[in-house]
Amino acid sequence: MRYHPLTPHDRADMLAKIGARDIDALFHDVPKSAIVGRETFDLPDTQGELEVERQLSRLAATNMSAGSVPFFCGAGAYRHHVPAAVDHLIQRSEFLTSYTPYQPEIAQGTLQYLFEFQTQVALLTGMEVANASMYDGSTATAEAVLMAQRVTRRPRAVLSGGLHPHYAQTVQTVAALSGQVIQAPVTPGRAEDLAALIDDQTACVVVQSPDVFGLIRNLRPIAQAAHAKGALLIAVVTEVVSLGLLESPGAMDADIVAAEGQSIGNALNFGGPYVGLFATRDKLVRQMPGRLAGETADAEGRRGYVLTLSTREQHIRRDKATSNICTNSGLCCLAFTIHMSLLGEVGFSRLARLNHARASGLADKLAKIKGVSLVTPAFFNEFTLKLPKPAAEVADALAQRRILGGVPASRLIPHDPQMRELLIVAATETVTEEDCDAYAAALAEVLS
Amino acid sequence: MNNQGRPTAPTASHDQGIPTISGDRGLDHEEALIFELGRQGMTGVDLPDTTVVDARLAGLRRNSPVGLPGLSEPEVVRHYVRLSRMNYAIDAGLYPLGSCTMKHNPRLNEKMARLSGFADVHPLQPQQTVKGALDLIGQLMRWLTTLTGMPAVAMSPKAGAHGELCGLLTIRAALEARAEKRTRILVPSSAHGTNPATAALAGFTVDEVPAMSDGQVDADALKSKLGPDVAAIMLTNPNTCGLFERRVAEMAEYAHEAGAYFYCDGANFNAIAGRVRPGDLGIDAMHINLHKTFSTPHGGGGPGAGPVVLSAALAPFAPLPLLLNDDNGFRIVEDREFVPSGVKPFGRMCAFHGQMGMFVRALAYMLSHGADGVRQASEDAVLSANYILASLKDVMSAPFEGPCMHEALFDDSFLEGSGVTTLDFAKAMIDEGYHPMTMYFPLVVHGAMLIEPTESESKESLDRFIHVMRTMALEAKAGKRERFEGAPHLAPRRRLDETAAARKPVLRWKPKSLAEAAE
Repeated sequence: MRYHPLTPHDRADMLAKIGARDIDALFHDVPKSAIVGRETFDLPDTQGELEVERQLSRLAATNMSAGSVPFFCGAGAYRHHVPAAVDHLIQRSEFLTSYTPYQPEIAQGTLQYLFEFQTQVALLTGMEVANASMYDGSTATAEAVLMAQRVTRRPRAVLSGGLHPHYAQTVQTVAALSGQVIQAPVTPGRAEDLAALIDDQTACVVVQSPDVFGLIRNLRPIAQAAHAKGALLIAVVTEVVSLGLLESPGAMDADIVAAEGQSIGNALNFGGPYVGLFATRDKLVRQMPGRLAGETADAEGRRGYVLTLSTREQHIRRDKATSNICTNSGLCCLAFTIHMSLLGEVGFSRLARLNHARASGLADKLAKIKGVSLVTPAFFNEFTLKLPKPAAEVADALAQRRILGGVPASRLIPHDPQMRELLIVAATETVTEEDCDAYAAALAEVLS
Repeated sequence: MNNQGRPTAPTASHDQGIPTISGDRGLDHEEALIFELGRQGMTGVDLPDTTVVDARLAGLRRNSPVGLPGLSEPEVVRHYVRLSRMNYAIDAGLYPLGSCTMKHNPRLNEKMARLSGFADVHPLQPQQTVKGALDLIGQLMRWLTTLTGMPAVAMSPKAGAHGELCGLLTIRAALEARAEKRTRILVPSSAHGTNPATAALAGFTVDEVPAMSDGQVDADALKSKLGPDVAAIMLTNPNTCGLFERRVAEMAEYAHEAGAYFYCDGANFNAIAGRVRPGDLGIDAMHINLHKTFSTPHGGGGPGAGPVVLSAALAPFAPLPLLLNDDNGFRIVEDREFVPSGVKPFGRMCAFHGQMGMFVRALAYMLSHGADGVRQASEDAVLSANYILASLKDVMSAPFEGPCMHEALFDDSFLEGSGVTTLDFAKAMIDEGYHPMTMYFPLVVHGAMLIEPTESESKESLDRFIHVMRTMALEAKAGKRERFEGAPHLAPRRRLDETAAARKPVLRWKPKSLAEAAE
């Protein structure tokens, strides 16, 4: 097999050196009854690269890829153009095939980009410090809630109704073990009254902006209400490109920011791998989960980077660690960092404005269709429409016309009848005027 | 000398110590932070300068710059290429990190993961437009359940530790369904740090089980610690000493008799895949690190994927989403509303459906290897580790009798009196062109050195490594400390001051004015 360099002759020589009769002798601690043969596995044998490529390509071709059609899906995962240089650079062997940088003398490449990543995330979110990534936005949000419970020594998390339902469920799964989770009502297109749900047992309020329906939320009054009761504000961002046009959560007094970084540098990938961003205030850094790269000097006084504050982490602190996370999203951070470096201040701002302009233009176009209304008065690159028909049926009918027209709210919240006619529509820089026209025409047709 | 007077043969070499004018040394370039490069107004991406009105921005338009530097594409490419050259990598050399499984990462897998039908597909597209993606996940599930001999698998966990959490929450839900409150989890002292951390996160208390002098978990101690309040035992098998737990089936029985479940940390599945099915050993739940056994690249610390195989007793409690296969083919169930009767998912581990990009790579690995190749990989990994153990144990010190499984463990007793520590020894390997082995883990032996060569090394490569290690061990024992003290000498950096980094953390770059203000 092409990946195995040992020859039968090598194997025989090595067994002789070991003094073992055969390979079975090396498995002598395994109970005989537990050793099974090739025939136990109803699975195929070795195949060449050509055969595997043919098989998987055939499978891939049966999916409707986003780039092959007018595409308007978002709701937590966004299709952006990723410059060719990003994917080339992250495939360099030295990045792709290295481990977590536990030996800093020969891992400065990884450590320095993590330090750059942390800096970029802190700048974007308007926070003081960021970690070297979580798995994704949803798990970052869950970790933020656990951190708030530790910091405040209070049990209760209040979740905005505009928080992505998958995120809310992810939070519920872990935070309910150590406290309680209160879910505010879902109010598409407007802000709910969160202040009324905050009391002296509240550890944190979790608010997403733009929210799952695309609505931009003003975090300032919520921060004020939370702080007045001694609770923390956790701001969630699922579309980080919005931070190129909108006020940062830090500027609106958030205490922790948990975000999905997929939009920058990373493909849709049917949901993963993505990259969770996690940022907070300096004073809370020792309660943070996850790895941190820090600056230091080597024995000759040269600047260098190491993993630091490890005494928070599982490999040192074991059951007292701030999180169990070990493997994170290293290579996705790198993609994020490179893409962000390519954009720079000017490119990032232009990208954000272009996204808003595209979405705004599309919203105007679609809202003109009979029976269609715009639910979200303020949005970035994603908005919600109310349709005269169930949105899931409409999305399916559009897909049959080879248009991926958005995410029906009922897919995320199936039990709530007010979701039935709502369609969440995103438009990024990848969408063309022709795409928008084709969408408007097809939607009018499906609804007529 | 050619006819231009240019020497064609090397002349006497430069003194290595002469400082260069640039600060760079040949192929070794120093590189500033990206924030110290570039200039205002520059960008490496050409985008139109669109004007937008504030009407739909809720009065929350950003009114200050982010603070990002501006660089052109060639500058950004050069920056990250230079950074890459400061890293060690499997592609460049043997990477014997025990417990981490640094095996070859086939590039076919990268190519397949980037097919637009997999990479450019949205997780919430209508399901009939992603049949191939669901089919791929279904195929991978079949490989995982067949290789492990387990009936079910939860695919969404994003890494090993996330899989552990998924497994323990499944156990918690199963106990709740039995209306039992069990609070304790037994974890061996040799366990990975994630095990106790996960148990605590899942709301359990951790009770440590000692290891015996032969590196095996003390099965009798484990039995005596079991009781009606024990939810699960959490074992790694093969264990972190590189040994197969001889009494594993017996320990499973003890656990089951006491009403507890058996969680197995599958980080070392790569030693036994294709030869031993964990399901035959009485395991109830086990995560599989696709980034170890099935070679999705480690990528400098991630991303990984940690699907969890489950026994019939635990399968009904697996988290959402579920992938079901019925008359219409595969479909994803994302909400409790639509789960089949008798199924009670404990919740959701993350948004969407798991690490699809890693699934494609892992399936490409499996299809390439086939069941016979997976078995051969396990055998070669075990053979190579034993070859290293047999070749080094007369000059280094192995705390446990061989044979070992896929990794060879040494302690630091061979260095006693030499003045050389495990750390010095490991760092000196860097100067020899090798990544150090895992050191000071597992915690159950003193000054541990855990070597995992994997199946990806040729015999010539192993022999060269053995020669270097033997020579180093002999020199250390002979009191020749020069190459160890303060090593590495030849890496991009000498040893870094970790104490200073932690005492006064600098975790991000700041513009000069801010940095000075913070002083």
